[in-house]
Amino acid sequence: MKLQGKAALVTGASRGLGQALAEELAARGAKVVLIARGVAELEKVAARIRAAGGDAFALPGDVGEKAAVHGLAGAAAALVGPIDVLVHNASILGPTPLRLLLDTECEDLHEVLEANLVGPFRLTKIIAGSMALRGEGVVVHVSSDAAVAAYPRWGAYGVSKAAQDHLSRQWAAEIGEFGVRVFAVDPGEMDTEMHARAIPAADRSSLASPRVVAQRIAEMIESGSIAGGSRAIAQTWRAA
Amino acid sequence: MKPATRPRSEPGTERLLYVDPAHDRFAHHVARDLPDLLGAGDLMVVNDAATLPASLAVTGQSLEVRLVRRGRTDAEWFAILLGAGDFRSPTEERGPPRAVCEGEELDFGAGLSAAVTAVDPELPRLVEIRFHLRGAALLSALYRCGRPVQYAYLERELALWHFQNRFAARPWALELPSAGHCLTWETLLRMRARGVGIAHVTHAAGISSTGSLALDERLPFPERYEIALSTVQSIERTKDAGGRVVAVGTTVVRALEACQAEHGRLRAGEGEARLVIGPGFRPRVADGILSGMHEPTTSHYALLQAFAPRALLERALDAAARAEYLQHEFGDTMLILAN
Repeated sequence: MKLQGKAALVTGASRGLGQALAEELAARGAKVVLIARGVAELEKVAARIRAAGGDAFALPGDVGEKAAVHGLAGAAAALVGPIDVLVHNASILGPTPLRLLLDTECEDLHEVLEANLVGPFRLTKIIAGSMALRGEGVVVHVSSDAAVAAYPRWGAYGVSKAAQDHLSRQWAAEIGEFGVRVFAVDPGEMDTEMHARAIPAADRSSLASPRVVAQRIAEMIESGSIAGGSRAIAQTWRAA
Repeated sequence: MKPATRPRSEPGTERLLYVDPAHDRFAHHVARDLPDLLGAGDLMVVNDAATLPASLAVTGQSLEVRLVRRGRTDAEWFAILLGAGDFRSPTEERGPPRAVCEGEELDFGAGLSAAVTAVDPELPRLVEIRFHLRGAALLSALYRCGRPVQYAYLERELALWHFQNRFAARPWALELPSAGHCLTWETLLRMRARGVGIAHVTHAAGISSTGSLALDERLPFPERYEIALSTVQSIERTKDAGGRVVAVGTTVVRALEACQAEHGRLRAGEGEARLVIGPGFRPRVADGILSGMHEPTTSHYALLQAFAPRALLERALDAAARAEYLQHEFGDTMLILAN
């Protein structure tokens, strides 16, 4: 799907990969709605995109909150039209420093699942019906290698991302035939604030730039060579 | 006929009254049987408008502002005023709203306010307002402060998600375009497998009654619509191949027929439906309609008579009432289509 003129929605767009993705999609001509909890940061990103000649709208809100999601989706469609590209980038780690499962409260696991699994499910449920009706759309779930490998202390996050990977496959199995492409992408380790919170001692020079990863993901959306239901690795992927 | 007081817990189980004017007969089904009543080559056209929370309470006053029609910009709206009482009182029993005057400021709390820019000289409950916010800020505030229009027959106040159809996108509708509410994706998937096409228009479904007879005489207000090019093409292909076009809801009939009447043909793009459709009107685009159950006094019922003779409708609706069909937004459904 060529992004020029398309309506895109990116969650968690105020910093890190979400910000880079919003900028990249706008640079490729998409009208982009940015959602995140932090109002000031979000406005700043949207203003920067507009200053660069892009179409960007900031909608502050929490996609993990049931009462807010219909409003966010409705406002987004009112601003840029029915959404063609939905990128689930927002996610939370749970309490940091990260904890062993035996030290994890049930409530903390619940909160992580609500934000990283149920939130994206709700938003897709609201938006993908219109994509299926129009016979076109792309839904991207930003995953993590913690969805595949079990690293000690990454339990809550890893479980939520593994479940989100399967949610992605499940959506693809059901709405792929309506022309909606749903896939997951593992961005790899990136030099972001979220990464610094999880692994404060990491060598930043060994981490990928969110900007480069965002370009790869935008190419995946545009090229169509990532099939619905698949899980791509951004840092080793090359356009076919 | 009794109202449905809550949304169905099991979707697709709404009853479906199938009225066939070609054979002067009717039959009882359920909504998920709909694919069996249509055939390969038929086309169903839905209204994909999402519902905006169009009811705003003025802070500290017994005054409700109900958005009924968008004006020239996103900040300008026509609205009606309602007085004391909440959704539990039928609108006709609500207290008269206090008079407002041009230039007056209305504060809805949480940073949302508007100025009254005009008051209808004959019907002072009909006003024009201009919000002080625009764009993303206005939409965020509307969703924060607004509530979906509720109905007195509901057993409890419902949330915004109850008033959305499963394929809705842009929030143009001010009340739920309810004919599409019985359509589950299971039903749509089966329809697709049978070779029934599905197309869409976006129509700003507006208020269907205001509680004031004088105001109701002005209904329906002109309603904004947009028809996609793909929909125009699907309808043309369907007609050329001898298939039937089924409009899901009176709003879809209004959009398609208004466009056809204005331009002499269907064309893609935006328009404003001013057409009032009733007995004697011959639909040129829609061959049939999927609709809620409507009683003989309503304007919706008048529209149904464009699809089936009154005598057949009366017989069918009598039978439906005896069979305890439910009416209104979350009620049962009716397909009028010649077989």
